[in-house]
Amino acid sequence: MPALSPTMEEGTLSKWLVSEGDNIKAGDIIAEIETDKATMEIEAVDEGILSKILVPGGSQNVSVNSVIAHLTNNIEDSNNQTQEKKNNISPEDNNVTYKPSQNENDFANYSEPQKTENFISVREALRDAIAEEMRKDDRVFLMGEEVAEYQGAYKVSQGLLDEFGSKRVIDTPITEHGFAGIGVGAAFRGLKPIVEFMTFNFAMQAIDHIVNSAAKTLYMSGGSVSVPIVFRGPNGAASRVAAQHSQNYASWYSQIPGLKVVAPYSASDAKGLLKSSILDPNPIVFLENELLYGEKFSIQEDKETYIPIGKAKKIVEGNDVTIIAYSISVKFAIEAADYLLQNHGVNCEVIDLRTLSPLDEETVLDSLKKTNRVVVVEEGWSICGIASEISALIMERGFDDLDAPVIRVTGKNVPMPYAANLEKLALPCVDEIVKAVKAVSYI
Amino acid sequence: MTKIDSTLAKTLLEKLWEVRLFEENTSRLYKEGVLPGFVHLSLGQEACAVGACQALQESDFITSTHRGHGHCIAKGADLNRMMSELYGKETGYSKGRGGSMHIADVNAGILGANGIVGQSTTLAIGAALSFQTKKLDNVVLAFFGEGASGSGAVHEAMNIAGIWKLPVIFFCESNKYAELSPFDVHVPIKNISDRSKGYGFKGITIDGNNLVDVYSNVLEAVKLARNGNGPTLIEAKTNRWHGHYEGDPQKYKPSSELDEKNWDDPIIKFQDFIKKEKIISETEIDKIKEIVDKKIIEAIKFAEQSKNPSAEILLEDVYASDF
Repeated sequence: MPALSPTMEEGTLSKWLVSEGDNIKAGDIIAEIETDKATMEIEAVDEGILSKILVPGGSQNVSVNSVIAHLTNNIEDSNNQTQEKKNNISPEDNNVTYKPSQNENDFANYSEPQKTENFISVREALRDAIAEEMRKDDRVFLMGEEVAEYQGAYKVSQGLLDEFGSKRVIDTPITEHGFAGIGVGAAFRGLKPIVEFMTFNFAMQAIDHIVNSAAKTLYMSGGSVSVPIVFRGPNGAASRVAAQHSQNYASWYSQIPGLKVVAPYSASDAKGLLKSSILDPNPIVFLENELLYGEKFSIQEDKETYIPIGKAKKIVEGNDVTIIAYSISVKFAIEAADYLLQNHGVNCEVIDLRTLSPLDEETVLDSLKKTNRVVVVEEGWSICGIASEISALIMERGFDDLDAPVIRVTGKNVPMPYAANLEKLALPCVDEIVKAVKAVSYI
Repeated sequence: MTKIDSTLAKTLLEKLWEVRLFEENTSRLYKEGVLPGFVHLSLGQEACAVGACQALQESDFITSTHRGHGHCIAKGADLNRMMSELYGKETGYSKGRGGSMHIADVNAGILGANGIVGQSTTLAIGAALSFQTKKLDNVVLAFFGEGASGSGAVHEAMNIAGIWKLPVIFFCESNKYAELSPFDVHVPIKNISDRSKGYGFKGITIDGNNLVDVYSNVLEAVKLARNGNGPTLIEAKTNRWHGHYEGDPQKYKPSSELDEKNWDDPIIKFQDFIKKEKIISETEIDKIKEIVDKKIIEAIKFAEQSKNPSAEILLEDVYASDF
């Protein structure tokens, strides 16, 4: 049973417009569904044979997400191809498929990643997430520059062309605006594109489609057209590539209603969050980090680990000061916490936001209640940044819990310089975090 | 054919060697770990940069790309300041803040290299519009590649330039590879120049490894633009000897293209031409290379001896201070 609006919980399946045994093509109108607000026709997204109708026409109070019929794909077994799965409109839909990670609160592995064969790189984790979801759902495809033959400019898509072929792993010309728009259009009509930007710097060319097409269409279409798309690629400072190739766009996208913004740090989060992003019926901006691609982390070999979007994670437990970070800044936050514990006896709690929009406000505020002091670390610029947003949140909802003003440790407000010494100065570092923690602790 | 006298031949040959040896040394320095980041070299494409820029006057402008060292050198950028910029030193064009992809020298008519593919064309027509508005007879030449030719920016730039008859030359270095994949992944037709028909101006495909061809064709396009007859699209077929960036393993190229023996060398081609036409002597030809060799060594020394940028430079030039 498809959800016709984000709030729909159940509806009436007024009548079937097709019969068992019918050969259905994508786009065929197959049934009429009635809610308290409207009657709508629903279209098939995939083709196949309608092998069994489970909910007859005229049935009332049919819950969203319940199986109403089986569509047999010519290749795959009908049990895996149910029609209701193909009309994911409600943002809530996917919650039912989330399974909390088995090691959600296992911080021990984070502090000293060892390079052993039990560990996988962020790059491999991302690839595995894409491959697993592509195996499950043939509507998912990957598109971008150099993703197929070259196996990804940063080798994230290694092996995918061989497994899925050139119809599902598609090399595009250098036309970010063009292929972002193609992706959004494909998502309008039921496909689930993953659009890779070689880096998010080049997504500036495509920002009109990300903001004006992807983010706003569900709203503007009265909830009738969802845009299940993932825009992904490396974001933030790389190394020595200067201003046009080294920039953190997290706050740009996080400001846009309709987009969800994910920025993981570890390999397991990268994998579990990308899997959830591909399932999610909304446009997701999935911000990776070039410098983290090669970093290895412990990961559970559980293919069904979907990490929920919108949940932060406590990486280090502590009582004295909360350090909040995301993406590569988490690494520096952990190092600063280690240093402060060893040298100053300051017990920091480190929180990895993981998702920037929607922001997990409760985890932030709960930690503040315990420590009463907060430092926010962000690689991007300070002005109108994620760190600014956290500071405002704490001001509005946690003011009485504060024992010191929040301090932001961010990138300097300059275009990224090229010279090694200047680049280092432009980016936040462990030393600055340590100083900030000492300052909020008045030591 | 355009007449090449001995003075011009010497200038052209010197520029060719400047580009070649600058790029070869940059490649070496990158391999040795001295130079960081992304370095995109134009080895094999020297005749494009040198031929096109030689057809311009000093007061004309170019816009360049991520593969822009050759364009800047050919248009008259200072080798010392360029090399110093690659080293990230304070004496560099951007005081060490820009690196390989962001070299600009307004005094030499270089409006800047741009690291975003396709952007050189729209920026160029903006500059061309300023000349048209101010009734100046300067022209702008935009370098771009066949990869950029598919981007929306290039279409929009050509369309507007066609409508407004802007004094601009669209110079496409069609070097067989865009980023990391071959021409036909990016372009559905054989010649990019065919597209000019759709914009109502002249388009021509030439041998980009033949310096004389490049020079004479750009010269003609410049004449048209300067006289108010609008843009020309020149597609110069050339070869990118190295990868998209230094360190690129180039597995997407057939092995024959990786073998130096098969490279179509624009410098040898030009030297053969001037020898055949007896424009300058072989001794002079050899001497030019020696002189350039020394200049490049000096540029490297200049860069090595220059200071790292001071910390104050980090915060300078973010906003213009005088209004």
